[in-house]
Amino acid sequence: MSTPVLDVRGLAYAYPDGHQALFGVDLHVHRGERVALLGPNGAGKTTLVLHLNGILAAGAGSVAVSGLPVEKAHLAEIRRRVGIVFQDPDDQLFMGTVRADVAFGPANLGIKGAELDRRVMHALEQVGMEEYVDRPPHHLSFGQRRRVAVATVLAMEPEILVLDEPSSNLDPASRRELADILRSLDVTVLMVTHDLPYALELCPRSVVLSGGTVVADGATYDVLTDEELMRAHRLELPFGFDPRTALPRP
Amino acid sequence: MGAGHGHKLHFHGHSALHRAPAHLKVLALLGFMVVVVATPRDAYLAFAAYAVLLAVVIGASRVPPAYLLKRTVVELPFVVFAVLLPFVATGPQTEVLGVSVSQHGLEAGVALLIKGTLGVLASLTLAATTEPQDLLLGLERLRVPQQLVQIMAFMVRYLDVVTGEMQRMKVARESRGFSARNPRHWPVLARSAGALFIRSYERGERVHLAMLSRGYTGRMPR
Repeated sequence: MSTPVLDVRGLAYAYPDGHQALFGVDLHVHRGERVALLGPNGAGKTTLVLHLNGILAAGAGSVAVSGLPVEKAHLAEIRRRVGIVFQDPDDQLFMGTVRADVAFGPANLGIKGAELDRRVMHALEQVGMEEYVDRPPHHLSFGQRRRVAVATVLAMEPEILVLDEPSSNLDPASRRELADILRSLDVTVLMVTHDLPYALELCPRSVVLSGGTVVADGATYDVLTDEELMRAHRLELPFGFDPRTALPRP
Repeated sequence: MGAGHGHKLHFHGHSALHRAPAHLKVLALLGFMVVVVATPRDAYLAFAAYAVLLAVVIGASRVPPAYLLKRTVVELPFVVFAVLLPFVATGPQTEVLGVSVSQHGLEAGVALLIKGTLGVLASLTLAATTEPQDLLLGLERLRVPQQLVQIMAFMVRYLDVVTGEMQRMKVARESRGFSARNPRHWPVLARSAGALFIRSYERGERVHLAMLSRGYTGRMPR
């Protein structure tokens, strides 16, 4: 197989206060895959995500993105390759206008002028927010802000898009619109979520993280229908939802 | 999430004053304030002239005077101080409405009131006719240090977020039967303020993480 976009090997990490969050995580994601990262609260999902672009440095083990190890020497390139969309769009959108916010990432990469404008507009078109380019982010609805947050990362043309709880706090229509957008993107996706139907809808493959290790890695359908595994790791399907009877999207 | 349009101090309009470049308006305000403050406190004719000038500018901006007057309440603490001055200052005494007050204190209080009101009204006019975003660009054009402009930009951006959070905490408090009616309730308000501070601090850290994740290296692009 080709070099994985994401290659995590034996990753372990303990926080400075001694609390160990990860105990040897192995994870490979290949180009074009959409993978859901599932797990109960406190499983270490966010800690793992913060290793992917070098915000946290591995205590043991290694992370590589398309063959490039996540190390201080190439943090800039790593952060271009790995685009993280954080859970609260208010944390991600900190500039005065949507345009300035979407331009922030590529401008940090040294892109200027017409190319910068092209990137900004293209990223906003991908999420259907091009009309709002000159609006201040805090005047947008929550769903719109989430979409702009995705655009801020797309503008860096990342190799892998990492989404932390993309469907949280969205109304059902915004949730569906975001799903349509994510499906339309030609990019590798790793999606951290508690929204199991969303994982089934968008991600053919799921990885379950629990207690700081990967306890399952397989087809999302198989993971969600493995009742013993689900119960053992505090995963529960919402009331009335059964993957066996859920209809695939046309 | 009910984010209103425009800022609370901004009055949407298209007058010449609205369209004037922000950096010129800032300079004009600064010049006006320096002149007002530097004017001797008994030059009442000069103050009258300033007031007329300000009235003309406000008229040209087409911002309703009532809109500005309502917002001059920020001056209240100064008004209290100015009113107290004649009573606490020493020196020769004079009679006002049958009450004996300090001559110097009275003059100083009146001057403070006049200068303060002129300054507040002029600043409010600037705020009412300039979008916060343009104001920041104007300051940038005036070569105000980048760090200062950035701090102000973050403040403008997160003011609504933090006040929203404060509002939600207030609603949550009141929903559990709390109201701050007497000083015994103040410790609760203090704890809320502390919680708000910590939340804002943590948000600051998360924003910083998000900035690092998009390649921030300590300097804003451009």
